Amino acid sequence: MADFWNRFKRNRGAVIGLVLLALVIAIAILAPLLFPQSPWRMVQRPFLPPFAMEAFPLGTDTLGRNVLSGLAYGAQVSLLVGLVSTVAALLIGIPIGAMAGYFGGVADDVLMRFTEFFQTVPSFALAIVLVAIFEPNIKSIIGAIAIVSWPPVARLVRGEVLSLRSREYIEAAILSGQTSAAIIWRQVLPNTLSPIIVLASLMVATAILLESSLSFLGLGDPNLMSWGYMIGAARTVIRQAWWLSFFPGIAILLTVLALNLIGEGLNDALNPRLARRGK
Amino acid sequence: MSTAMTEPLLTIENLRIALPEGADRPYAVDDVSLELRAGEILCIVGESGSGKSMAANAMMGLLPDLVRPVAGRILYDGADLLLLPETDLRDLRGRKLAMIFQEPMSALNPLMRVEDQIAEVFEAHGRLAPRARTARAVALLDEVGIPEPEKAARAYPFQLSGGQRQRVMIAMALALEPEILIADEPTTALDVTTQAQILELIRVLQAKRGMAVMFITHDFGVVAEIADRVAVMQEGRIVETGTAEAVLDNPQHDYTRKLIAAIPKLAAGAKASNGNGKPPILQVIGLCKTFRSKGGLFSGRSRVVDAVRNVDLELFEGETLGIVGESGSGKSSLGRCLVRLMAPDRGAVLLGGDDMAGLAGETLRKARKAIQMIFQDPYASLNPRARVGRIIAEGPMAHGMPRNEAYERAGTLLDLVGLDASAIDRFPHEFSGGQRQRIGIARALALEPRILIADEAVSALDVSIQAQVLDLLADLKKRLDLALIFITHDLRVAAQICDRIAVMQGGEIVETGSARAIFESPQNAYTRTLIEAIPGREKELAAAAAGQTLG
Amino acid sequence: MIRFILMRLAKAAIILIAILTLNFFLIHLAPGDPAAVMAGEAGAADAKFLAQLREQFGLDKPLLTQLGLYLGGVLQFDLGFSYRQQMPVADLILTRLPATLILTMTAFVVSLLLGTLAGVFASARVGKWSDTLISVLALLFYATPLYWIALMAVLVFSVHLNWLPGFGYETVGANYEGLRRVLDIALHLILPASTLGLFFMAVYMRMTRASMLEVSQLDFVKTARAKGLKPGIVQRRHVFRNALLPVVTLAGLQAGQLVGGAVLTETVFAWPGIGRLMFEALAQRDYNLLLGIFFISSAMVLLFNLITDIVYLVVDPRIRVT
Repeated sequence: MADFWNRFKRNRGAVIGLVLLALVIAIAILAPLLFPQSPWRMVQRPFLPPFAMEAFPLGTDTLGRNVLSGLAYGAQVSLLVGLVSTVAALLIGIPIGAMAGYFGGVADDVLMRFTEFFQTVPSFALAIVLVAIFEPNIKSIIGAIAIVSWPPVARLVRGEVLSLRSREYIEAAILSGQTSAAIIWRQVLPNTLSPIIVLASLMVATAILLESSLSFLGLGDPNLMSWGYMIGAARTVIRQAWWLSFFPGIAILLTVLALNLIGEGLNDALNPRLARRGK
Repeated sequence: MSTAMTEPLLTIENLRIALPEGADRPYAVDDVSLELRAGEILCIVGESGSGKSMAANAMMGLLPDLVRPVAGRILYDGADLLLLPETDLRDLRGRKLAMIFQEPMSALNPLMRVEDQIAEVFEAHGRLAPRARTARAVALLDEVGIPEPEKAARAYPFQLSGGQRQRVMIAMALALEPEILIADEPTTALDVTTQAQILELIRVLQAKRGMAVMFITHDFGVVAEIADRVAVMQEGRIVETGTAEAVLDNPQHDYTRKLIAAIPKLAAGAKASNGNGKPPILQVIGLCKTFRSKGGLFSGRSRVVDAVRNVDLELFEGETLGIVGESGSGKSSLGRCLVRLMAPDRGAVLLGGDDMAGLAGETLRKARKAIQMIFQDPYASLNPRARVGRIIAEGPMAHGMPRNEAYERAGTLLDLVGLDASAIDRFPHEFSGGQRQRIGIARALALEPRILIADEAVSALDVSIQAQVLDLLADLKKRLDLALIFITHDLRVAAQICDRIAVMQGGEIVETGSARAIFESPQNAYTRTLIEAIPGREKELAAAAAGQTLG
Repeated sequence: MIRFILMRLAKAAIILIAILTLNFFLIHLAPGDPAAVMAGEAGAADAKFLAQLREQFGLDKPLLTQLGLYLGGVLQFDLGFSYRQQMPVADLILTRLPATLILTMTAFVVSLLLGTLAGVFASARVGKWSDTLISVLALLFYATPLYWIALMAVLVFSVHLNWLPGFGYETVGANYEGLRRVLDIALHLILPASTLGLFFMAVYMRMTRASMLEVSQLDFVKTARAKGLKPGIVQRRHVFRNALLPVVTLAGLQAGQLVGGAVLTETVFAWPGIGRLMFEALAQRDYNLLLGIFFISSAMVLLFNLITDIVYLVVDPRIRVT
């Protein structure tokens, strides 16, 4: 564990990412403390430019709402949706991939055709359709994102399991009389853990982008102030109030960037320790 | 094989090549001096990590990025190759100095036709018109012995076999008639029969063109087969040089002696047993296994491979049976069928009365205890995330043994295979290849099997480590009264430890007999080809007959 | 080769049928009465209208029959009727499709070309500042929301600098003909295509760079150098050609994202394609139209995939000959 941390630290980008993400998480958690009023409340005149008044460093929007407060509460939505939808996608994708890889044959064929179907369909369009039909709210958004995000997980897990299945130590485990379940659980999955973790961090980033895009199009949960919604609502007034689109976009950029950097750092740090014979 | 003392074509003087920080030694090559003469084959021998390839790479100017020469000279044609500007070096590459590599699978561009890749050599040095280049390419392919050269020229590398690809490499190397040919382990990845052909080819071409050849290898048999002069390397230094006869028959340095002693001998001690009167503990009857690659609507035609065809075998108590064959002979599939890692399509595997082939589920799981396997790749046969203790104890625990007892047995077994009991708490990556194989042996023994199957268990090890592991196996076999099936492609290893040998080709067993019978009077034509292809065999037998042994 | 194309088309047909089935079930899974869903906001209030719909689509009949009717309809190019826009869905989509094709094709080609070139450039200068710069830029473009970059581009290049048009397909009211019209469209295409392509440029750049570095470590590159070939030729003929293979595969996989991204780009730039049509359909809760667009965009993705598969086939002999 200690030397994993050392390897991670060596990647400067990853450390920056970690710091950024910690900042975003902190803001999300502290939002109710920093901004006790609901972000939907009108607090000043509309279209207040940034830095015009000390109390509202990022200005106000078309209805006089505090932009900074909106950013803080938006962080909650982004992180929540990102995390939960990724976990859901993993819960769908990992078993499908593991079963396809381990059992092979007909099961593999069927599951892979199923996965391919979801990968061929344009994922954003499908997400739009799903959220539109099931009415936009946080549950349908999380569900839609999970449904379009699980195929890469299944693909990855299946690939890893396939390569492991013919790995000699798995054969040895079979020979020693361990049950299939024990082998999958104790030998196969722990060794596929690293790529899954890396993929998961990148998936959270993608989920946040996806959620913001849906909110931008007006498919966000109407009760939740999200960054995408803020940009979408400000689209028509971009000439007068550039800051309403600018700051939420920066927030999304920084969060997604942080997650990508962390993902790359994890990738470097978790690479398998199979010491190859040097020549 | 005469070595008239002419002027050397190329001289390496006190070469020192530095490795980047953090490598296990400061110099890849330390104070190495060599001479290459026209018409002579110089073999550089050493185990892995000895630095034997580095000097060759330095000669061509193809060292990897972080590895630099820091002292010494490489003199060729009046210039020091280490100081030559890149454009001049490039002019020499392919034209005066040529190199061929080890892995024929990956040494050719998969997207280019063979004739185009050969034609490139001419293109690089501005020779011949484009049409003439392809014609020359076909001529070269013919010269290196590729059948149907016009067809082969139009082919892509993946359509050729390993041996054919290596011939293509040789054709490319010889296209511009270089003075010096560097061969970096060119036959290591080839089957023994193919290896014999390629060695012969190199010898013939070298004699015809009077080239100087630097042949890098780890196999002393190959050295005996083709070397005029030998240089032995250990850890970046040359420990001994001399003519082939001198070094092989009368090694001076300790390391050389140790290496030569570790080589399994053909002549000495080949056993004559043919079953030892004891009852067979394993009987294989009519075993068949066919692989079908999936065909169907979307994948094109399916391919059918008969990996194992109607194999009959017997294993007697306390004996070592060798299953010998080249790649594609089906020996690995046979081994996996015997331990039921694969289910055979037809046939019976009778172990103590039970037919293993027919078992399934819980009964199979319990029956597995009696027959265990040791695998080939020490770097892939142990779970990298599990500690050694757990790796060994898992088996007994899966069969109901309580944890404490299982770990205790693990400790005893580690001791038995010559490792310290503290290994229990360590991870596989902390051990060397040879030590990992020992752990693998301990794991196999944990279930107290009666039969062990070693699937190329020493093929990935250096020759000196290999000798140790073979000794360990022989010792364990005696102590624990085991029967051993040894699957290998290396006939020398088979000669050393097997009582009886079965030769496989194309999924069938073509000959079975005692080790001595197989080696001294093989009946089957294929067996004969196989035996005759063993590098260094003639010399060894001649020396044995003359009363000496190899070292 | 022909056989390959035929098999792919067969596969695509199956997927399209599966999508249509999915569409069908989505309408029925949606909360509420399917007739109301199909009628959208406009028609839901009118009970007589709803009854008409029910009869027309046989909503009283068993599910499978309805599915059959629906699929049969699609084969006759009937994707339903948009009550909001008072036009058949198929016609609506057809009029808007060319604009989207122009946009996505341009973005695809530009992003692939520039991304690959940038990747080759960066891989040749690993560790130097130009490589770091390109990699950082790629990371930023990768992490930025598509629609936000589009908005910022409009703000900077259109509103403030007034260099490029940020709205629509061609200059309103100008009624150009022939070449002038093409140039006008091309001018309007610049901002949307480049913002749509930016994300993918980053993806291709990173993939190409990594692939080039990986391939240059392989044995056959050493063989090429040992022959005395000039480094430029080694890079082009040996490294690049082999490094390109995974990029082609990736381009195929990204097709779905590209088509999806068009929705956002067309919304921001008021580009009259099916992406913007989807946005309008969302606002009006016009589910028929929505699902029709979903179906067509899936077909587009399948087309893209077929093209990249053929390209891969041409480039890699190993697939071709077996």
